[in-house]
Amino acid sequence: MTITPIIKRDYLTKLAKQGKRADGRSFEDYRSIEIETNIISKAEGSARVKIGNTQVVAGIKMDVGEPYPDSPESGVMTTSAELIPLASPDFESGPPREDAIELSRVVDRGIRESEVIELNNLCIEPGEKVWICFIDIHIIDYDGNLFDAASLASLAALLTTKVPASRFDIGEDYPLPMKDPPISCTSVKFDDVVLIDPSLDEEEIAEARLTVAVDQKGDIRAMQKGLNGSFTVDEIKKVIKQTVDNGQKIKEHLYKSIGK
Amino acid sequence: MEEEKKLIDNGKRLDGRTADQLREVKIEAGVLHRADGSCYVEWGGNKVIAAVYGPREAVPRHIQDPLKAIINAKYNMAAFSVDDRKRPGPDRRSREISKVISEALDRVVLTEHFPRASIDVNIEVLDAEAGTRCAGLTAAAVALADAGIPMNDIPVACAAGKISDTVVLDLGKEEDNFGQADLPVAIAPRTGEILLLQMDGHLTYNEFEKALDMAIKGCNDISEIQKKALLHKYQSIAEEG
Repeated sequence: MTITPIIKRDYLTKLAKQGKRADGRSFEDYRSIEIETNIISKAEGSARVKIGNTQVVAGIKMDVGEPYPDSPESGVMTTSAELIPLASPDFESGPPREDAIELSRVVDRGIRESEVIELNNLCIEPGEKVWICFIDIHIIDYDGNLFDAASLASLAALLTTKVPASRFDIGEDYPLPMKDPPISCTSVKFDDVVLIDPSLDEEEIAEARLTVAVDQKGDIRAMQKGLNGSFTVDEIKKVIKQTVDNGQKIKEHLYKSIGK
Repeated sequence: MEEEKKLIDNGKRLDGRTADQLREVKIEAGVLHRADGSCYVEWGGNKVIAAVYGPREAVPRHIQDPLKAIINAKYNMAAFSVDDRKRPGPDRRSREISKVISEALDRVVLTEHFPRASIDVNIEVLDAEAGTRCAGLTAAAVALADAGIPMNDIPVACAAGKISDTVVLDLGKEEDNFGQADLPVAIAPRTGEILLLQMDGHLTYNEFEKALDMAIKGCNDISEIQKKALLHKYQSIAEEG
């Protein structure tokens, strides 16, 4: 470890002991969120999400293709995330590495397993032709908490997606069939404090990370623990409570920014 | 290039422009928090963002030049930036564009100030509508200036071309697809040096002269917008104290 991270770690842990964070937030405070949709004219749906200084662009492209043999009447979705070198001095170009793959898989799971996209309504001809939905996530500016920024950008883009049926001569364009989405919040732990929505500096010294997705009833829809530290059972309960509180606010913000 | 559509009618182009009119260009400097310098350009339907990192130690070591910095520009298109989704990652086209942009920028940057270093310029095309390499180079130049990299000029790029037998400035999407020639040019505006020049299609010598002239004039107009963007950022910082 070079000298800078040691100084940062000392500073952040000293603050944490006094119940403070470097940017003045409390442990339960989320940074301010900005959501802008329909920013890419070539995409079927798109969104730019800013969480503090973190900035993510998600774009949706739709194509017609063959379904998987085990689900002949169901559309297909794929998610990929690119940690492009634009976003951070530490990102390199080339094929996606471990962290980009984990990011895209966590986002994918949050959307797929909670059945946000009604894939069974994306069938054109059973066994022959279905809609394929590509979610591409570009990290533009990296200041921590990519999990939440990437999933929020994907949801905002999906919620504004139009299925381009007229381009493929199969009827009129229509909005992508969507259910009410769960919202993910990420918390990290270092030095026995747990805080939500980590900034980059906080993420770099984190010992453990937990992402929780909750739906509108406050039920849990997806979780992912990361890094080599551990949580106590009480800490996990606390993280879930924080997620329910913040998730509701974030969802209201999301719906407001797409005009619903 | 085949031509089927009439792309110019009564002196007006499909999007209503005259032959020597640019699309609308907006430039904003310093849009990213993490990068050392950055720039966002909207040029017609193009949306391009550029970020500069460096000068920093060039890695791996064998690429270092003991006498000067290397300029490493990377042009990348987002998967959702075009009509049919583009597979992520570099292809032959983007590698070539990265190379010619790197070379154009290398000419103006005072690379001898930073031996063994690399200056990394990342150009990301978010939305593409003809002329992305010109928009990319123009954004990269402002990002370099925003990063405080010493240069003897701020390069700028613009294309001219030929549609329906007429020489026009700054081809739009249909014009690029169905036009007869495309001539992207980058210059150093103070000296008028040509830093990048490519052409495809078919031009007579006279048409080439006219197109080059038009492209250089377009470059000079864009150059003013670049300078305003930089002034705007640093003036507002100076006023805030």
